[in-house]
Amino acid sequence: MNYIGSSVLRIEDRPLLTGEGRFAADLSLPDQLQMRVVRSSVAHGRLVEIDTSDALALDGVEAVWTHQDVQDIPPIDFRMAWVDGLEPFRQPILAAGITRYVGEPLAVVLAEDPYLAEDAAELVYVEYEDLQPVVDPYQPEPGEAVETTLVEKGYGDLEEAFEGAAEIVEMELRVGRHTGVPMETRGAQAWYDPLRSVVEMFGAAKVPHHNRAAIASMLGLPLGSVLLREGHVGGGFGIRGELYPEDVLVCLAALRLGRPIRWIEDRKEHLLAANHSRDQVHRIRAAVDRDGWIRGVDDECWVDQGAYLRTHQVTVTELTTSLLPGPYVWPAYRSRAHVMLSNKTPCGTYRAPGRFETTFVRERLIDLISDRLEMDSVGVRRRNLIPADQMPFHREIEALGTEVTYDSGDYHLLLDRTLEFLDYEDLTAALARRRSEGEVVGLGMGFFVEKSGLGPFDGVRVTVDEAGEVVVTTGVASVGQGVETVLAQVCADTLGVEAESVRVRHGQTDEIAYGMGAFASRVTVMSGSATLLAAGQVRERALETASGMLEAAPQDLTIDRGRVFVQGSPDGPSVMLGEVAARLRPGQAEGTPGLTAEGWFEVDHMTYPYGIHCAVVRVDPESGEVTVERFVVAYEIGRAVNPKLVEGQIAGGAAQGIGGALLEDFAYDESGQPLTSSFMDYLMPTVVEVPEVEVLLCEDAPSPLNPLGVKGAGEGGITAAGAAIANAVADALGGSEEVSCLPLSPERVRRIARSLPRP
Amino acid sequence: MGVQYYNPACMKPASFDYLAPRSLEEALDYLAEHGYEAKVLAGGQSLVPAMNFRLARPAVLVDINPLSELDYLEETDHRLRIGTLVRHSTFEKPVCQGPTGRLLAMAARHVGHWPIRVRGTFGGSLAHADPAAEWCVIARLLDADLVTRSSSGGRHIPAEMFFQTVFTTALEPDELLLEARLPLLSSDTKVGFQQFSRRAGDFALAMVAVAFQIEEGKVMNPRIALGGVSDRPLRAPEAEQMIEGADPGDPSFRAAAETAAREIEAIGDIHGSASYRRDLVRALTRRAFEQAITIS
Ligand SMILES: Cc1cc2nc3c(=O)[nH]c(=O)nc-3n(C[C@H](O)[C@H](O)[C@H](O)COP(=O)(O)OP(=O)(O)OC[C@H]3O[C@@H](n4cnc5c(N)ncnc54)[C@H](O)[C@@H]3O)c2cc1C
Repeated sequence: MNYIGSSVLRIEDRPLLTGEGRFAADLSLPDQLQMRVVRSSVAHGRLVEIDTSDALALDGVEAVWTHQDVQDIPPIDFRMAWVDGLEPFRQPILAAGITRYVGEPLAVVLAEDPYLAEDAAELVYVEYEDLQPVVDPYQPEPGEAVETTLVEKGYGDLEEAFEGAAEIVEMELRVGRHTGVPMETRGAQAWYDPLRSVVEMFGAAKVPHHNRAAIASMLGLPLGSVLLREGHVGGGFGIRGELYPEDVLVCLAALRLGRPIRWIEDRKEHLLAANHSRDQVHRIRAAVDRDGWIRGVDDECWVDQGAYLRTHQVTVTELTTSLLPGPYVWPAYRSRAHVMLSNKTPCGTYRAPGRFETTFVRERLIDLISDRLEMDSVGVRRRNLIPADQMPFHREIEALGTEVTYDSGDYHLLLDRTLEFLDYEDLTAALARRRSEGEVVGLGMGFFVEKSGLGPFDGVRVTVDEAGEVVVTTGVASVGQGVETVLAQVCADTLGVEAESVRVRHGQTDEIAYGMGAFASRVTVMSGSATLLAAGQVRERALETASGMLEAAPQDLTIDRGRVFVQGSPDGPSVMLGEVAARLRPGQAEGTPGLTAEGWFEVDHMTYPYGIHCAVVRVDPESGEVTVERFVVAYEIGRAVNPKLVEGQIAGGAAQGIGGALLEDFAYDESGQPLTSSFMDYLMPTVVEVPEVEVLLCEDAPSPLNPLGVKGAGEGGITAAGAAIANAVADALGGSEEVSCLPLSPERVRRIARSLPRP
Repeated sequence: MGVQYYNPACMKPASFDYLAPRSLEEALDYLAEHGYEAKVLAGGQSLVPAMNFRLARPAVLVDINPLSELDYLEETDHRLRIGTLVRHSTFEKPVCQGPTGRLLAMAARHVGHWPIRVRGTFGGSLAHADPAAEWCVIARLLDADLVTRSSSGGRHIPAEMFFQTVFTTALEPDELLLEARLPLLSSDTKVGFQQFSRRAGDFALAMVAVAFQIEEGKVMNPRIALGGVSDRPLRAPEAEQMIEGADPGDPSFRAAAETAAREIEAIGDIHGSASYRRDLVRALTRRAFEQAITIS
């Protein structure tokens, strides 16, 4: 059976579909206390007094803590750090003297039930001295805003590029404040287990091993005293699973109070407290030749990080500045990014961080260049794409501590295949016809290069027990994307067993010593490859052992559905893998006991999938409403272990991207009050707003960097959604330059459309 | 200096008492006894979210759902009488013949989403008085007669007086809305309903309902009601006046739409400024008239 490459049904779905999921809130422990966070209602203020006595006086309130009670706990450290000296901008677990955004944790209440905890939270008396909030750290000048650092990347001779240019095209573009909104809000439950003297936390996600180390260090405990457990996770999107104040607080409270502590985030809390993302302004200039060749690009941007630098430090800015050039040659390039603070929710990474924003910026720029030169935008793209014979392509830029080297690709081929898929000639003719009949319709495209498979390592242990059951244990995490199925597929093919007989265990820090986690579209690349290595070793060991049992040379044996036999003689003598495992008990065989092996896959470079999004939109010029009629994603993945899961990732990403393009935006008033802190105002797209996403999955450029040839699939569904939709709207409105701001709310579009002749 | 009066993220209600009266009289007695402390619980689709956000903190809830005598539809004297507990979804298919039933059905499918429509009630929507509520706009369009009762007696309140401002009506705290009476429009009445919301099921940024007749080729008895643009549902009297007696068609519809957009005092919020809402009124008014003559 060839599992790799086939759309095996998700093996993790059974408990989810039968209501047996174990999400963070599904665990309840005897004697537990509920934690409630008292959050700041002002954007910027000096804390004059916090009086907890009224709250403490309520019957059933066990403790109320403020910063004073947790002074010994350091701020949350960076998980990824690219710039030195930014430690002062880290967030304390409870506000220390100054509160810097609405929603910042000021105190926690620990009480017998969640309603009581919320009542008590209201009774915590907080007095502030108002400080001036910064809400928009770009316009027209940063003003009071703190610039934490300037990230600058580039290469080539920009001056020469601009001096010799026939045309200079400039634009200012803005991407709103969005975030991943997982269906499951965050949650953490911690308890102290005296039997093993460990504090255990359930509700970990994304990066359990890292967070275990961080919590242990913050609480001054040895690594072995903290244990993190991942349950089912209802979506991550980059924001969920990072270390937040609440995770540390539940562990601390469990230790100090000796009772299980439960914290389940509410949706409103989630929208105020979990990482936001995007929120960038770019001023970009391109130097172009008359024939559409782009000689160089100069970008300056402002990244609004919110009130603190959280675990990602300046990761989003790193990615923004290093990946902005995308699929194009651009002989000279520079980006200078100001990492700004404001009095808004702190930011982190969200699906395709830095790429969603820069793809919008770059691809709008390409369309504007095409308009200026009166060229077809497909032609301008084609003219500037990196040719296949330049692969691997060295960008001469570093991102996340590794050189940006596009590992493989044929961008022109993907463009051709996409045009064919679209029936480009027919489609544009049909749109022209509709326009002549008075409809306001347009087609937009966004080409992007993704990155995936961030190293440096991940590992897997594959074990076959004496009953023949195969267990794959990995340090990566599952945010619901299909990790179990994909690793089972790789293991099954390599070892010679049925995928359904493979169990995959992940996200438990006591089951494997190391794990990098689930982000950067890395799991299939990294753990998939590690599974291949480990399962290969188990297979080798099994064949060696069976060789003695079957009196045949190992190289003459094969394994199918867990049975070892001589190749070509499926009906001859055979042994089951379980029997082979039984031969490997301690003392019975040489070497490590048991039929088990670990595989560790290491890489220095990322792999770069790429793709094209195309949108067909209809604009109602009177209301400014944009309807996405068609949404196509062409995506080069190297090799799809499970095409259906890839399509699912792409469709989900596209839905989020459409949200970011048209609906979602965290708005604040001038005093820093959030105006969109519930689902009534933070508008997630629904099934009505998202058309069927058409996916063209290509496997033309396998990655040379891993044995499977795979590239990641987690993010490419969202990357160019803003770009494609904005280009489509601009196309519909006649190439309007003013389409420069996401989301394209109906009012914005109406303002642009107003200049059109009325219907 | 400032003091924190609220926790910006709350989603569990403050504590309250729950009362389930067995009769209308008992319900009215409870309301009389608890006054401002009490709130009627109907479909709960507005009240419960407000309580979860702690924007509403009633000490007592009087649940009228068990009072099945408040769930009825009757046609008498050219009027449709709608008991307060009739659920939104009931109106998705015309509840009576002719334009009134048709208009209610046109509007019903815009009220939130299906799960909301099967719980939320007609009377609850009127009593809640969201300026963007479909039923409030229809009530204003058709000059509904709103029938109320308290332990000390009953009243008839015209829609014009009933809606005062955002979430505020003429109802006294001890007063229950019993019934809404809508005229059964004559069968030659043309009706149109148009709204614009950012997503399917959201409260509209603007909505327009129209009703008129055509007599001897002229627009007669025009009514134009607007929702979502101000602090309460509005009529557009100048626009109504200018189209009265006009030839139905694009020029007069545009002129009326222009007038409606001009005469209202629109209010803006994060989803749309006042001037944008005027733009919407202009477009939707014209479309509502067009819709009315094409489909009815
Ligand atoms: C996600 C969402 C989307 C929505 N979208 C829309 C929409 O697009 N359009 C729309 O119109 N509505 C919308 N709603 C609101 C919904 O229609 C509610 O059902 C309606 O506003 C209130 O009716 P209810 O029966 O649920 O009343 P409740 O929520 O029970 O009560 C609302 C208020 O009215 C009072 N009240 C109720 N009945 C009486 C009575 N008989 N006498 C005196 N006072 C009374 C209550 O005390 C309370 O103050 C939406 C709601 C949600 C949650």
